[in-house]
Amino acid sequence: MAVVEARGISRHFGEVRAVDGVNLATAEGEFLVLLGPSGCGKTTLLRMIAGIEEPTHGDILIDGHVVTHLPPRVRNIAMVFQSYALYPHMTVYKNIAFPLRTRGMDKADIPRKVEWAASMFGIEKLKHRKPRELSGGERQRVALARAVVREPSVFLLDEPLSNLDAKLRASAREELRQFQKRMGFTTIYVTHDQVEAMGLGDRIVVMHQGRIRQVGLPKEIYDSPADTFVATFLGSPPMNLIEHDGIVVGFRPENFLPADRMNGDESVAYPFEITYMEDLGAEKLIYGNIRERTHTGHVVSRLPGNVEAPIEQGRTYPFAALRRDLRFFDIKTGLRTEGSLP
Amino acid sequence: MNRGYEGTVAAPYESTSAGIKDRQGTLARLMIAPAIAYIVALIGIPFVMAILYSLSDVTTGDPSVDLVGLRNYREVFNDPVFRLSLKNTCLFALVSQTLVIVLSRILATLLMKEFRGKWLARFLVMLPWTAPIALGTIGWLWMLDSIFSPIDWLFRRAGLLGAPGDLLGPMTNLYWLGEPVLAMASVIFVHVWRLLPLATVIQLAGLSSISKEILEAAEVDGAAGWRKTLEITIPLTLPIIGIAFLFGLVFTFTDMTVVYVLTRGGPVHSTQVLSTWTFFKGIEGGDLAQGAAISLFLFPVLAGVAALLLRMARRAEVT
Repeated sequence: MAVVEARGISRHFGEVRAVDGVNLATAEGEFLVLLGPSGCGKTTLLRMIAGIEEPTHGDILIDGHVVTHLPPRVRNIAMVFQSYALYPHMTVYKNIAFPLRTRGMDKADIPRKVEWAASMFGIEKLKHRKPRELSGGERQRVALARAVVREPSVFLLDEPLSNLDAKLRASAREELRQFQKRMGFTTIYVTHDQVEAMGLGDRIVVMHQGRIRQVGLPKEIYDSPADTFVATFLGSPPMNLIEHDGIVVGFRPENFLPADRMNGDESVAYPFEITYMEDLGAEKLIYGNIRERTHTGHVVSRLPGNVEAPIEQGRTYPFAALRRDLRFFDIKTGLRTEGSLP
Repeated sequence: MNRGYEGTVAAPYESTSAGIKDRQGTLARLMIAPAIAYIVALIGIPFVMAILYSLSDVTTGDPSVDLVGLRNYREVFNDPVFRLSLKNTCLFALVSQTLVIVLSRILATLLMKEFRGKWLARFLVMLPWTAPIALGTIGWLWMLDSIFSPIDWLFRRAGLLGAPGDLLGPMTNLYWLGEPVLAMASVIFVHVWRLLPLATVIQLAGLSSISKEILEAAEVDGAAGWRKTLEITIPLTLPIIGIAFLFGLVFTFTDMTVVYVLTRGGPVHSTQVLSTWTFFKGIEGGDLAQGAAISLFLFPVLAGVAALLLRMARRAEVT
């Protein structure tokens, strides 16, 4: 268990600032998720923590020690790569044993340790296979077993679920989370998938263009985004943003419902011109426009699938959002501000 | 929606006269024909002729082919020069290829790194491969000259050669191509110089085919320096190293330019290899039959190497 800290860390590739002055610290045993679109610098940040990328400025600290210029092998970290990076010429057993051998572990202790790691991920039976004879899910387990076998103090994961199919991804997410709780490793997890981030993270760090936009609990980030980028990056469909009296008003699609379901005093109603509807089974997505003199915008409403709403395409209905669900953003900076509507 | 079927447009199936470009089988045969004609004319016919000649008594003076069975093979094999050539060929090929593999590995590893002037280094490494082999070898002939060798001059200037008590002896020159051991070393050296660029490029291709994440994973797993080389990069590039080795072996077994230009097989056959011996015996000596027999001795070896090469190439694809 360890605390990882990044102090004013930057990584420039020529003119491009992949990571630009990031300050960040994990708690001990925390599951921290770095979330952002591709190219936001999250993987570069992770690689600098691992020691396979050197920062242009700033320092990386593990348990208070500056490790910025130390090679990966002395940092006691483990990393799972997006491609899993299994050694294709070694069997599963040899893959898992490799980090133990490089650390000069007593030869007699290695089989027991490998057995322990393999059993944790249910891959004991695959020990004699080569990576190319494994399915995607099995490879991912081998990669995890290889990472945990030497009980690192920090566990780094770079989109480890992105190569799995949707069904497997959900169960792998659950297993990963339970495993991390049990072992208590400080874990930093990189993903561009907001569902993974919401489901896995103790805290989420949202990154964009090399900078941190917001750090917080998943619920905080979803409910109270710090700016319009975070507001539109999380949630599917994202938060609706409309201009209203010189301020940007945001509300989540699930909070934008037919006005007759709302208490008139506590809500703000908008005429909603429906342009398109999607029935996804569990939910209905209703796309349309709000067209008024003071406020216009393209917005989405999300209704639970079991709600029958007599709505037709091409017509306009009164929809509303509760005042307490409205968020306000500065029209110039995009940052969240206090505000209210008349 | 399906109006197209009722309309006046002719059904697509009615046009039956497909052009030659639509008949894939014919087209394929047509396009491969020049290659086959080329192989038959320049490799197939000479090969059959060589077999025929080796079983006959044909000479440049008497081109009539009278079959004499395996007599040529027996005579060739009983010739001590042939046996020496066979030994020399093996020594020449194995030593030079081992050196080429080791050196090309080191060069390729260096060229994988980023440094200033990398393009210049790559260019210089490739240079021996771009020069015609005979010209390059003639250049070396001068470098290794028995009187004017600049290498000897350097040794003399460094005080290693030319005076009594010097490390390399009191003579003014080393006579690179005149001493049997030095002559063989020179021939091997020039051949290594010649083949190194090709092997380096092959090894570079192998090294850059290893996924970067695997190398990084090895680093995170604690492997550094030698362990990473021995346990990760070498095993992963082994099929390609093998291909470079076998390629070079074929090149070396069949090459006569370096030996012919530098030593003509001398002194006293000490650098004679099968390819030069074939040439001296069959072309310069006029005994086409024995020349053919000598050259065919290489065939089973080379065929075996080629089969191995193809197998390794297939294996390399899989992993």
